Amino acid sequence: MHPTDISNPDYFHKVVDCQWACPAHTPVPEYIRLIADRRFGDAWAINWESNVFPGILGRTCDRPCEPACRRGRVEKEPVAICRLKRVAADNKGDISRYLPAIPTQKNGKRIALVGAGPASLTVARDLMPLGYHCVMFDGDSKGGGMMRSQIPRFRLPETVTDEEVDIIVDMGVETRFGPGGYVDSLKSLLAEGWDAVFVGSGAPRGREIEIPGRQEAGAHIHIGIDWLSSVSFGHVDKIGRRVIVLGGGNTAMDCCRSSRRLGGEEVTVVVRSGFEEMKASAWEKEDAQHEGIPILNFLVPVEFTHDSGKLTGVLFEKVKAEYDEKGRRNLVPTGEPHTHVPCDDVLVAIGQENSFPWIERDIGIEFDRWGMPKVDPKTMQASLPHVFFGGDSAFGPKNIIWAVAHGHDAAISIDKFCHGEDVAERPAPGVTLVSQKMGIHEWSYDNDISNDLRYKVPLRDLKVALKDIRTEVELGYDDKLAFLEAERCLNCDIQTVFAGPLCIECDACVDICPMDCITFTDNGAEAELRTRLSAPATDFEQDLYIGDSLKTGRIMVKDEDVCLHCGLCAERCPTGAWDMSKFLINITQAGTACRSR
Amino acid sequence: MTYIVKPRLHHPKLPTNALGYTHRDYEGSVSTLCAGCGHDSISAAIIQACFELSLPPHRIAKLSGIGCSSKTPTYFLGQSHGFNSVHGRMPSVLTGANLANRDLIYLGVSGDGDSASIGLGQFAHCIRRGVDMVYIVENNGVYGLTKGQFSATADKGSSAKRGAVNSDSPIDLVAMALQLGASYVARSFSGDKAQLVPLIKAAIQHKGAAFIDVVSPCVAFNNHPGSTKSFDYVRDHNEAVNQLDYMVERDAIVADYAPGTVETVMQHDGSMLRLRKLALDYDPHERISALTYLQQRQAAGEVVTGLLFVEADHGDMHGYLDTVDSPLNTLGEAELCPGPDLLERYNAAHR
Repeated sequence: MHPTDISNPDYFHKVVDCQWACPAHTPVPEYIRLIADRRFGDAWAINWESNVFPGILGRTCDRPCEPACRRGRVEKEPVAICRLKRVAADNKGDISRYLPAIPTQKNGKRIALVGAGPASLTVARDLMPLGYHCVMFDGDSKGGGMMRSQIPRFRLPETVTDEEVDIIVDMGVETRFGPGGYVDSLKSLLAEGWDAVFVGSGAPRGREIEIPGRQEAGAHIHIGIDWLSSVSFGHVDKIGRRVIVLGGGNTAMDCCRSSRRLGGEEVTVVVRSGFEEMKASAWEKEDAQHEGIPILNFLVPVEFTHDSGKLTGVLFEKVKAEYDEKGRRNLVPTGEPHTHVPCDDVLVAIGQENSFPWIERDIGIEFDRWGMPKVDPKTMQASLPHVFFGGDSAFGPKNIIWAVAHGHDAAISIDKFCHGEDVAERPAPGVTLVSQKMGIHEWSYDNDISNDLRYKVPLRDLKVALKDIRTEVELGYDDKLAFLEAERCLNCDIQTVFAGPLCIECDACVDICPMDCITFTDNGAEAELRTRLSAPATDFEQDLYIGDSLKTGRIMVKDEDVCLHCGLCAERCPTGAWDMSKFLINITQAGTACRSR
Repeated sequence: MTYIVKPRLHHPKLPTNALGYTHRDYEGSVSTLCAGCGHDSISAAIIQACFELSLPPHRIAKLSGIGCSSKTPTYFLGQSHGFNSVHGRMPSVLTGANLANRDLIYLGVSGDGDSASIGLGQFAHCIRRGVDMVYIVENNGVYGLTKGQFSATADKGSSAKRGAVNSDSPIDLVAMALQLGASYVARSFSGDKAQLVPLIKAAIQHKGAAFIDVVSPCVAFNNHPGSTKSFDYVRDHNEAVNQLDYMVERDAIVADYAPGTVETVMQHDGSMLRLRKLALDYDPHERISALTYLQQRQAAGEVVTGLLFVEADHGDMHGYLDTVDSPLNTLGEAELCPGPDLLERYNAAHR
């Protein structure tokens, strides 16, 4: 193998698994250390800069970082990254000093943002400090998009949404909210002569279910996201005693838990697949079950039963999973008699779809055969050069953090586009790598590894929580728990940096490494090399760090997979061939730094 | 020294031995020696050897004297018996312990100062008595704890860190061990675990006095040009006479070596040693020719390593003295007080 090129920013970025997995590449270990240091405002600022909605995401994020967390590979569970983010947001104090100045002298460019969800808000956040004039359109009376309309208040209090939306709107975004802000024709919007238009209108249509009884019993069958939005805006405040929620995604979990708070005493979730294959995040399923909601699996709805139009229940066919020779799953009937589950209301949460009736097909925006706009995944640019997409409206339903990442990318493109630059040319990230050595055995970070298991977030008493849909269930970590949980972080951004010419091959690092990560051996092809390391290195997703220039002609191989970043290799190294250096990577955002001129 | 405790977390796919332990279970506390000390590699090799042999830690006794080397038993086998004796007196304590309880595995850890200076007499007598033990000397050629004066094993003409040249002749503990009748003699290098670990394993399984001289560079005071015990010098002048593979099963012998280059030696307990010859004219069963060979190569400036001598059926102190078969602490009243009749007969035999 060739020696590792650590000057390539991707190499050490990949070692910081959480940051690499985050669509917005938030520097997670950096803000977790600040939380442990009780510098909540600074921790909040790092989050705000990168993911824009620390308070909202600290409660609702899909957390792609947590399955990636190295801690989950060396013990049972990852660090509670998401809930630590909330700690930063809850305790941030006055944040006005972190906010960028908004130029009073505008740059003369006018940008239209369709939709006031996370993607559009991110674009506005990135462009306002650069002097753009941003106008945001939304049919709802307040900004926030699905964060406000679909996420129930018991998970995300409205004050949190208000605060984080307002920070952006208060930068001077011109808002056209309410019925007048609903854009029903992109053609006429474009005719207004904007310098660029960003479409962040989401995936606003819930998928329909077409089975017998749907029409007849329709009065008590609701589309999940529409119902959640009605609940959110106070149009709906009760539901029947017995409720069936169809679907196994996170929307279904929000529907069933909302029902429990609006009079649903017997709420049941029914999914077609097996429990394990459900789309909902494991913790959301856990939360639903904690509230006494059973989840029935392998049942396919075949009919809504009704008594002359009054819904009486749902008839299900029992199925089982069979896998064909290609490993594809098919749900086949078991042949057992159908099951009838009686109910008063049904919520249908079986998926969301994009819907672009308001985009004319003759204005130069190309659509693919699934009715989705053709959007460049790097630049977010549509086939009409001054139109950009982001969030769910770009590539179908994802989640908030992806919308934020799209927003950042679109903002870069819009800024470059408005300055007559090639949007395909993307800015390099800002990278620093600095030694953390403070003394012979002292480091600027806490390298002592905590043995604690993941701390549970305290919950409000269930009886109290179920009484009011506006009462937040999770109480969040208190100071002490936050510190203890933060200490579980392995500081993966403090990199082990190896300098071959300094190494005397004394084996001290090999002997001390608690994870048997390091081997000095003869070079070879990767697959073969992996078989003769100190400990099995079977995860090919995780790189081997190769160092050369050793006197014996051997190479140093470090398996990055389960390194604890405890720094013992560097402490036991007599020549300083190992050093612990903090790798900070900041993804460049829209602004002068990303322009070539 | 390192301030933090070595993290308890370990690699999730760490192999376990026949007892279900990982090699981490054979560790001691974190070393307080200088970073990069060769002794720490020897500790790691002992840990690896005991792990691979699936030895129950509580059946091992580790004994040492005074010095950097003699501190190391704290850093391995944290669950074993330990005795840190007076300077140079480890061999007597080990001999006594072995007489009292012959069932334990005895691991004597010493240094060049502890064994070649203050404890030279103890070393000699312990070897010539054939005490069943592994005697490891962690040999760095300097007194590390007192800032790097030459020890008795420093080569004549080698220089100290500040330039002073050693004018005294060195004591070669390997030659002494051979001459004094050790039945297993090896030399190795702390920077070569592939060689060292099998040598320790075979020494542990060997019945009788097993002596291993391990050249172990002192990174603080003896790892400079002019030293003959530095990493670079030993790597450049290391002449291994053979490579030992330790095997338990006879079936495991693979016959893919040129004829005459591999030899299999059976130990007293039936375990097998496979020796791959690197110096074809070297015979590790001939004490006298081994001594000659060593002295010739040494005169040429080489550091001869490998299994230098082994005598499988040599016997040990308990055999020579015809002692009781079981440890003294297992003897009951009947064995210890056999009664007036036996006493009378015993006394009569001496009249």
